[in-house]
Amino acid sequence: MEFLVASAIGILTAGGIYLTLRLRTFPVILGVSLLTYAVNVFLFASGRLTVGAPPILRDGVSTYTDPLPQALVLTAIVISFGMTAVVVMIGLGAFLGSDDDHVDDQPQTDEDRSEDAS
Amino acid sequence: MNHWIAAPIILPALVAPFIVLAARYHIGIQRVLSVAGVLALIAIAFGLALQAFDGTITLYQMSDWSAPFGIVLVADRLSTMMVLLTAVLALFVLLYAIGSGWDNRGWHFHALYQFQLMGIMGAFLTGDLFNLFVFFEVLLIASYGLMIHAGGNARLKAGVQYVLFNLIGSTLFLFALGSIYAETGTLNMADLANRVAQIGPEATVGIRVAAVLLLLVFAIKAAVVPLHFWLPSSYAEAPAPVAALFAIMTKVGAYAIIRVYTMIFSPDLAATAGLHGYWLMPAALVSLAIGMTGVLAAKHLDRLVAFSVIGSMGMVMVSIALFTPAGIAAALYYIVHSTLAGAALFLIVDLVRTGRGSLTLTPQAVLAGNALTAAMFFVGAIAMAGLPPLSGFLGKLLVLNASYDSPQMVWIWAVVLGSSLISIVGFSRAGSILFWKAHSVTPEAEAEVMARPHALSYVAVGGLVTLLVAHTVFAGPVHSYTTTMAAQLFAPQPYISTVVDTPGKLSIPKTGDH
Repeated sequence: MEFLVASAIGILTAGGIYLTLRLRTFPVILGVSLLTYAVNVFLFASGRLTVGAPPILRDGVSTYTDPLPQALVLTAIVISFGMTAVVVMIGLGAFLGSDDDHVDDQPQTDEDRSEDAS
Repeated sequence: MNHWIAAPIILPALVAPFIVLAARYHIGIQRVLSVAGVLALIAIAFGLALQAFDGTITLYQMSDWSAPFGIVLVADRLSTMMVLLTAVLALFVLLYAIGSGWDNRGWHFHALYQFQLMGIMGAFLTGDLFNLFVFFEVLLIASYGLMIHAGGNARLKAGVQYVLFNLIGSTLFLFALGSIYAETGTLNMADLANRVAQIGPEATVGIRVAAVLLLLVFAIKAAVVPLHFWLPSSYAEAPAPVAALFAIMTKVGAYAIIRVYTMIFSPDLAATAGLHGYWLMPAALVSLAIGMTGVLAAKHLDRLVAFSVIGSMGMVMVSIALFTPAGIAAALYYIVHSTLAGAALFLIVDLVRTGRGSLTLTPQAVLAGNALTAAMFFVGAIAMAGLPPLSGFLGKLLVLNASYDSPQMVWIWAVVLGSSLISIVGFSRAGSILFWKAHSVTPEAEAEVMARPHALSYVAVGGLVTLLVAHTVFAGPVHSYTTTMAAQLFAPQPYISTVVDTPGKLSIPKTGDH
């Protein structure tokens, strides 16, 4: 199981980094989403992998799973979900406004700037 | 328990939704509420700073859960000073936003502004690494909204870059936190300091990875080269008051580095020794050099100021990377200076934009309100370039003095002095093109007359400039205070025992308690 989880995190991260380096809005957002999935699984595994063990103290149970990473991962999921929604909206606005979905700086002329300055 | 420590976080968190819900269509009421909120924040921050002045460390346990199970807020000298600096900066920036009308060019400026303050205050006061992540996210999500305030294609495009870069930074932060938790089983800073010190020399692989990841995350926030690429576009395109408030955001990164790398991964911890000397110092020197070269190379005034912010962060990081009490004391003095100078310059850029219509560094007709704006630019540029008599010069002197005994002394002195010269040339070139050469250009007959900036705008910039002068005049007391601050940081035991040993719910019973 350790091997499966570790390689899942590795593949998600590798895919995320590759897509992030494409420098166009859509692949980059997908890549960042993959990275956040990878980090969620990673956080989950940071409390050690245990199967079928309860997180809360109970009589007659000797192995427990760590409940804290589950709380951390919940926070991380909510935050990354919200952030992705924000970046989709801003990215969409930028694409519709300038008809260009490059993430990196494109060479700018002075006319562009004075037009956009407000 | 003293509840006032939570007030700098709670107050903006209450004011912001109130502004959205009760006053969303009344810009006047929003302004009154926002200014009142910031004034109250200054009063609270001042009270907290007074309380911490004699070295008292105050602890606030959320819901009385004791550390490391609950979340704690801690107010010591460093965090209260940063809170006070943020509150004072916020007031002048807010006055500028109101005076220049920036707050009325889009929706919800004041609400987002208060949320931003809440995040920054929380990041300075928290004593828990995961909570630090959460407050980073609070301040970031508010800053995304502020960054694209008033819209415009260039601003949205810069906003996409800014958001994506910070999303990747947040992901890295989570990776770092995951590795720290896996290695130590805690995320409370004081508890971590105890546990990291107990890790045997043969089992340090995980914690060393975590230390480097965490340093990368904070370096992204502090815009240290080569992780600075998000800064120039987003600061240049952001609305001026927002860029001025962002001057404190890079300092949040510097603050986090100081806090974590003096307490948890302290300089004499064998596992991570050398991290700052081998990695942080060269990166800081390169940031200083690149930032100040950018000042000379910039073709637009807003980019010029953005690069000067990178350069001044480089200076702060050089001083931090020494990791001696003298170095940290100099860095803290310089942090205050660079926040005020950076914010003032961003506001002056907007004064130029209002009076001239363009920020291109080419001779154009004389801008409206030339003399006063020019005088303020002159003061701001002197401060930022580090010429006598203002605080930039004193700060630089302190950094040079602190690095005198360092083995890298030659490098530090060469880069600091060389980059100063370059930035002086850059600033004087920009100033003479903008304000002097303008007189040789005959304005076109039908050129539209630009309006003079509002008086309140000048009051706000003048206030920041006055604070800079005060920071210079009272350099002696301020520096001796930052020296005691550094001494407190380098003797973290009182901090750790305050956090870990204060009883609360679920605290570990001491022997003899039962």
